[in-house]
Amino acid sequence: MKTVESLLTADSRLVVLLGDIGVFGFRNAFQLHPHRIYNIGICEQAMTSMAAGLAKTGLIPVLHSIAPFVVERCFEQIKVDFCYQKLPGNIVSVGASYDYAALGCTHHCPGDVAVLRTLPGMEIVVPGTPAEFDRLFRAAYANPHPTYFRLSERSNPQTHEVEFGRANVLKRGKQATVIAVGPALPAVLAAVQDLDVTVLYYTTVAPFDGDTLKQNSRGGKIVLVEPFYAGTLVADIHAALETASVAIETIGVPHRFLTDYGHAEEHDEAIGLTPAGIRQRIADFIR
Amino acid sequence: MRPSLNHLKRQIVAATMATQEGHIASAFSILDILWVLYREVIGVNPQNFRSDDRDYFILSKGHGSLALYAVLAERGFFPPAELERFSTFQSKLGGHPDCNKVPGVEASTGSLGHGLPLGVGVALGMRIREINRRVFVLVGDAECNEGSIWEAALLAAHHKLANLTCIVDHNHSTDRALGLGTLAGKWEAFGWAATTVDGHDHRQIREALKQSSPDRPMVIVAETIKGFGCKQMENNPAWHHRSPTREELPLILEELA
Repeated sequence: MKTVESLLTADSRLVVLLGDIGVFGFRNAFQLHPHRIYNIGICEQAMTSMAAGLAKTGLIPVLHSIAPFVVERCFEQIKVDFCYQKLPGNIVSVGASYDYAALGCTHHCPGDVAVLRTLPGMEIVVPGTPAEFDRLFRAAYANPHPTYFRLSERSNPQTHEVEFGRANVLKRGKQATVIAVGPALPAVLAAVQDLDVTVLYYTTVAPFDGDTLKQNSRGGKIVLVEPFYAGTLVADIHAALETASVAIETIGVPHRFLTDYGHAEEHDEAIGLTPAGIRQRIADFIR
Repeated sequence: MRPSLNHLKRQIVAATMATQEGHIASAFSILDILWVLYREVIGVNPQNFRSDDRDYFILSKGHGSLALYAVLAERGFFPPAELERFSTFQSKLGGHPDCNKVPGVEASTGSLGHGLPLGVGVALGMRIREINRRVFVLVGDAECNEGSIWEAALLAAHHKLANLTCIVDHNHSTDRALGLGTLAGKWEAFGWAATTVDGHDHRQIREALKQSSPDRPMVIVAETIKGFGCKQMENNPAWHHRSPTREELPLILEELA
């Protein structure tokens, strides 16, 4: 919010459209820039097309709502109005996967990255902390592509020096390469403390940094730990490693509706997205 | 005052022969509107069609593309010979228009319900950038089945986008599926200024297009005939998406002579 607010002041091309979400948080921006921030209301399809129309006039739109509504509800508007027409813009969601556990499956969105990565030209960013979002948003918001920023209610305890389009090598080892995406990182780091593995931290997943993976996966064993549907990025791994023979273990959200409520941490436990659960899967895989 | 525009209609019919593809009747339904719009109303220079200082036209019902192509070619955006390659493998001109390929096409449309909210964004963008120009969007009446059209209608009225004009091609395509009642009344209820015209009468079209409301978007409900000007096509659902056979072609061209 602070990032977007400061850029509204710094860049007169920026226009923010809210789907009746985050309005109170942006109250200062409404005061300062009444002609460049709008509470559009609850009409995500028109809001998305409208944002593309703003982009046609040279402005840089930023759309914001809860993930299922700003991605799945208006997927075709993102596809046709942004990607097919090659227009720039930014979609910033909140409520990653099952962050809103108690609200039920209508408010879950573990499939957002999987559906968006089918769109040619779409960029997908999964920061782990607000500071990482700040860095990545500033780097990418004005580029010529549509970019999806997937924000979580939960923040990683540590911020890394992330760079748009590049993975960070956080640990080097011999037995496997573990890919941790955005919010999956803390559980991965705790899980592999005493394991002889490489850890790559991905905060941009499209475009996928195949070079860093290629240079750090000589053993041919890859563990992919995703905070969304397990296996979402498998095709990117295969494409990066081209013809190399590789074994991939996927750890993430299982492909079913998580119909329980409670807190996100309880779902982490139930599906094994915990340090202990991840450690067990990795240990079994590299044994 | 209903000129035939048969020279363009012959081009449109002929264009469909290369690949036996095209929505001729939909094109004939809107041809008069686009002809008047591009000849007498819209401010866009074919030699500098990306200039910020221009009016926009968005064909939201993209399947009417042949009418747009014929008018753009006639206005000098690209050579008319391009029409002869319509929908062939590497043609610029597809069944639905692509704004990254066709000079003068402002939006890639085809999936219905996108063009009007896009136009709302363009109109708001012009206001933010203090560009004093107009945005015209043409939608089909059956396209008005889409919820996004009415979302956009609410948004345009709420934000008082007086620089936005929507033309509804009311050729009654919707009647077999979903009754829309009194179209102009619906738009008025959504906060728009509304007027109804004979969508083939050039004087009525011209007068309506030159109007605008000081504080509201405007809709022009154009009463049209699908396939207008070709008797066997008029209001004939069989002609929604087909081209003439080799045997039918000379007869149709003769009627459009």
